[in-house]
Amino acid sequence: MIAIINYGLGNLFSLQSSFEAIGEEVIVTGDPEEIARADRLLLPGVGAFRDAALLLAQTGLGEVVHEEAVRGKPILGICLGMQLLLDHSYEYGDWDGLGLIPGAICPIKDSLEKAGAPDLLIPQIGWNALTLHHDHPLFADTHDGDHVYFVHSYHAVTDPQYVIATTEYGATLTAAVAKDNVMGCQFHPEKSGSVGLSILRRFCAL
Amino acid sequence: MITKRIIPCLDVRDGRVVKGVNFEGIRDVSSPVDLARYYSEAGADELVFYDITASAEGRRLFTDILTRVAHEIFIPLSVGGGINTVDDFDRVLKCGADKVSVNSGAIKNPALVTEAALKYGDQCVVLSADIKRVDGMFMVFAKGGRENTGMEAISWIKRCVENGAGEVVVNSIDTDGVKEGFDLEMLQAVCDAVDVPVIASGGAGCIGDFTTLFKRIPKVSAGLAASIFHFGEVAISDLKKELAAEGIPMRVL
Repeated sequence: MIAIINYGLGNLFSLQSSFEAIGEEVIVTGDPEEIARADRLLLPGVGAFRDAALLLAQTGLGEVVHEEAVRGKPILGICLGMQLLLDHSYEYGDWDGLGLIPGAICPIKDSLEKAGAPDLLIPQIGWNALTLHHDHPLFADTHDGDHVYFVHSYHAVTDPQYVIATTEYGATLTAAVAKDNVMGCQFHPEKSGSVGLSILRRFCAL
Repeated sequence: MITKRIIPCLDVRDGRVVKGVNFEGIRDVSSPVDLARYYSEAGADELVFYDITASAEGRRLFTDILTRVAHEIFIPLSVGGGINTVDDFDRVLKCGADKVSVNSGAIKNPALVTEAALKYGDQCVVLSADIKRVDGMFMVFAKGGRENTGMEAISWIKRCVENGAGEVVVNSIDTDGVKEGFDLEMLQAVCDAVDVPVIASGGAGCIGDFTTLFKRIPKVSAGLAASIFHFGEVAISDLKKELAAEGIPMRVL
């Protein structure tokens, strides 16, 4: 069973529907006992990093997720939920994340300026192609060039050993990260058609 | 490279898809759930649902339909029509919408864009503007294109983007239903004025109209249409293959 962590943010309806569509048992919960019983955790999130980090702290669910991750339970963060897995974020300040994957969340704008392409629209909204790295099992059914749906103004800047997929948007941006049992997608698999569902299916098989 | 988006728009009244020509003479087309599934499988990059119902019963039917679509279709869903308050945002987001477009609601209460963007994020708030030339000026129209608001369109759009609108749909009333191509002049003016994605709407009649749109105005992010898709005049899969062959970045299934 998959537990979608409900700490008050994110489009949980679509995520829940997408797991149901691939025949997985799924619950949306903020109850630490239910989270402990689940085989896999999904950390969603839409909005501002600071608000999400505060909610995770206030509800105590950040700590719960951290403990389950350390115990080795597979965890997938999506969009802001992925960003929360890293050490910290520079979105409107400097905020601590859960620290499960080394690295920081930085403005796409900085990467574009460094790459000499400052004119692209921010946020990146729309479908972009993946380039896969390290043959991660999450992408066993995904191919280089498959398109997935992004909506973001920030991305993860981390050691290449943790980057399992990138996308080109004026600069090379981090599309997915992984460290052992902790994984995250910057894009929305639940909004990425059959490619996205295949990624969720692989997560359920880990 | 990010792809240009092709977006079918489904006008829904009393639970059915309808499409008007110049916003008048509406005729019934098909079932929203069936059409949504068909478009998703054909490669549509996003779906837009406009609720053109006035009654409470129609609104309930719309939210039922939206919930069913969101349960089966795994591409981004935008919803518009009858969005006047933050509670309306909440209502459709809970049914599974990803983005909400505001039109008359923002004209009546410009603070709506700000409030919704603060609560749900800029990416969730789409400004939809019905624009028509009056004495050589681009003017914003309300009430489905029937009423001139007296507001100049470019300054209105800039103001809404400053307030937090994350995308702009430009509906040209002058070209809507005419099927002789998108309103390139109007779209260029909007693209020059704002730095958020601009979605072109109104006037597509054939595949070539989309090619012209993306080649002539590279900054446009997406092309939206309804009747040419609903009546099968243009198949989305053919459209995307041809655009890709023309060198326009496309997600082709």
